[in-house]
Amino acid sequence: MMRIIEPGMRSAVQDFGRFGYLSKGLTRGGPVDEHAFLWANRLLNNDFNAAQIEVTLGGFEAEFDSDCQCAVTGADVELTLDDERLNNWQNFKVRAGQRLKMGYATAGVRVYLAVQGGFQVEPKWGSCATVTRDAVGGLYGDGSPLKADDELNFNEQEFQISRRVGWTYRPNYEKTPVIGLIPGFQYDAFPMSAREAFCYEDYEVTKDSDRMGIRLSGKALEYDDEGLVSEGVNVGSVQVPANGQPIIMMHDRQTLGGYPKLGTINPFDLGRLAQCQPGQTVRFTRIEGKVAQQQLRRFYQFFNVRLACQAGDNLRS
Amino acid sequence: MSNSTNKGTDFPKLVSAGADAVIVYLGEGISVSVNQQVLAAAKAVEEQLSDVVLDLVPSYNSLMVYYDVLRTDEPEIRERLRKTLSDLTSDDQEQNGKHHRIPVYYDESVGPDLARIAETNNCSIDDVIKAHTEQIYRVYAMGFAPGFAYLGEVSEKIRTPRLDNPRKRITAGSVAIAESQTAVYPSSSPGGWNIIGRTSTQLYDPSSGTISPLNVGDEVEFYAVSKEQFIEEGGDTEALS
Repeated sequence: MMRIIEPGMRSAVQDFGRFGYLSKGLTRGGPVDEHAFLWANRLLNNDFNAAQIEVTLGGFEAEFDSDCQCAVTGADVELTLDDERLNNWQNFKVRAGQRLKMGYATAGVRVYLAVQGGFQVEPKWGSCATVTRDAVGGLYGDGSPLKADDELNFNEQEFQISRRVGWTYRPNYEKTPVIGLIPGFQYDAFPMSAREAFCYEDYEVTKDSDRMGIRLSGKALEYDDEGLVSEGVNVGSVQVPANGQPIIMMHDRQTLGGYPKLGTINPFDLGRLAQCQPGQTVRFTRIEGKVAQQQLRRFYQFFNVRLACQAGDNLRS
Repeated sequence: MSNSTNKGTDFPKLVSAGADAVIVYLGEGISVSVNQQVLAAAKAVEEQLSDVVLDLVPSYNSLMVYYDVLRTDEPEIRERLRKTLSDLTSDDQEQNGKHHRIPVYYDESVGPDLARIAETNNCSIDDVIKAHTEQIYRVYAMGFAPGFAYLGEVSEKIRTPRLDNPRKRITAGSVAIAESQTAVYPSSSPGGWNIIGRTSTQLYDPSSGTISPLNVGDEVEFYAVSKEQFIEEGGDTEALS
């Protein structure tokens, strides 16, 4: 069992997300940085979907009452186990009674803490992903984030060999990312000036960003057409409200929306965007859907992600 | 012209919705016939593409199709969607949805915009209630929040634009109108629609396992109940903050 001493600004249970309920308005949830999340599970030989804790900006502390193996990926935080300094992006052993502590993120936003075998949390509608807005998932099933003294169970597992993520696979969250845009939705209805601005100008991530959407500030994108009738909104959709400042819809997005959309972010790049701190600059570039799809397929295959099993019989119940 | 089908229209139109989704437009604007085509398309896609489809989101005039990139790719799913949609016949549009009756306590204590709607439309509060309960509404779309159903169409006698400043918190169960649409807020949330009453019917309750009994294509009818009936059914009389 692991007991939370200090949850920091926000810590919440996430598995890969809740699939098959979009037609009822229930959103997906899941880690906003899938890349870091999947690496943490892979380091521990876990199923891709094993539940972890998504910690926002660090400042987290917890105590273990049994031996286990853990991994921490995502945002750069100083990691200590009692007084011993640990490296991120590798697995490590924890002994009963030890305390794991995270400092504040110096780069990146979301930290992922995984335990071998995954945290054992009762799923709600097929998933334990915490979606606070939908009051669903998490330790108590009601969407609430973790708080001090919350206790999370896990199955004790055999220790395994040490593994770490090679440097070439580790993202540098301080660098200005170049994020792929797959043109789609109302792309053709946007004037050329808007399409070009989005892919040639710098945008800044604002502090109003959250798990629902990353809000950008920069050159306003014009859209002359009339308003839309509400339609489906994908994770990664680039929504342009009346003020022209784009919002990238994230995992807790609303399932339908009436704002025009320029397209959708390459899912492979989305995690990198999610790790941008407020004030950080981002650049976008057009990418062909076919290329993005190949990348996504390789990404899922590498981490052994199987989505069909997730949706099961939920489809349009 | 581009995108024209052999029927000489631009619909159905398939557009990219990301690396794992395609959006199918069946027509323009809000109409029963287009929404029926959306539903017919959703049913056909669910039946014939179940091996690759992960989720479907029907809305007023469009259908989002989320698919498994490990089992198919965009060119293949586009081809299969085109085939499935071109096989649709008008018979496929004639299926009837379920009929739901939802009790509403129409009162200014829980419907703070009743008087203003009456004033805007030059009628009495009773006329507003009558106009809202006389109509049978269609569920055109579900989304925005869990269990939130977009219902249309509201009688022209009581159509009222959204509030200029959305309220910070609307109590769960609030019944609201905005222009030609009406809806029940399934859970407490911010919102800019005009509130005319409250229902005791739960449209989203994760603690009991209810997402929503409503589906796109269903019919909804509202009927007025007294304060006593509303409370007896478990209604929340707390005034809107």
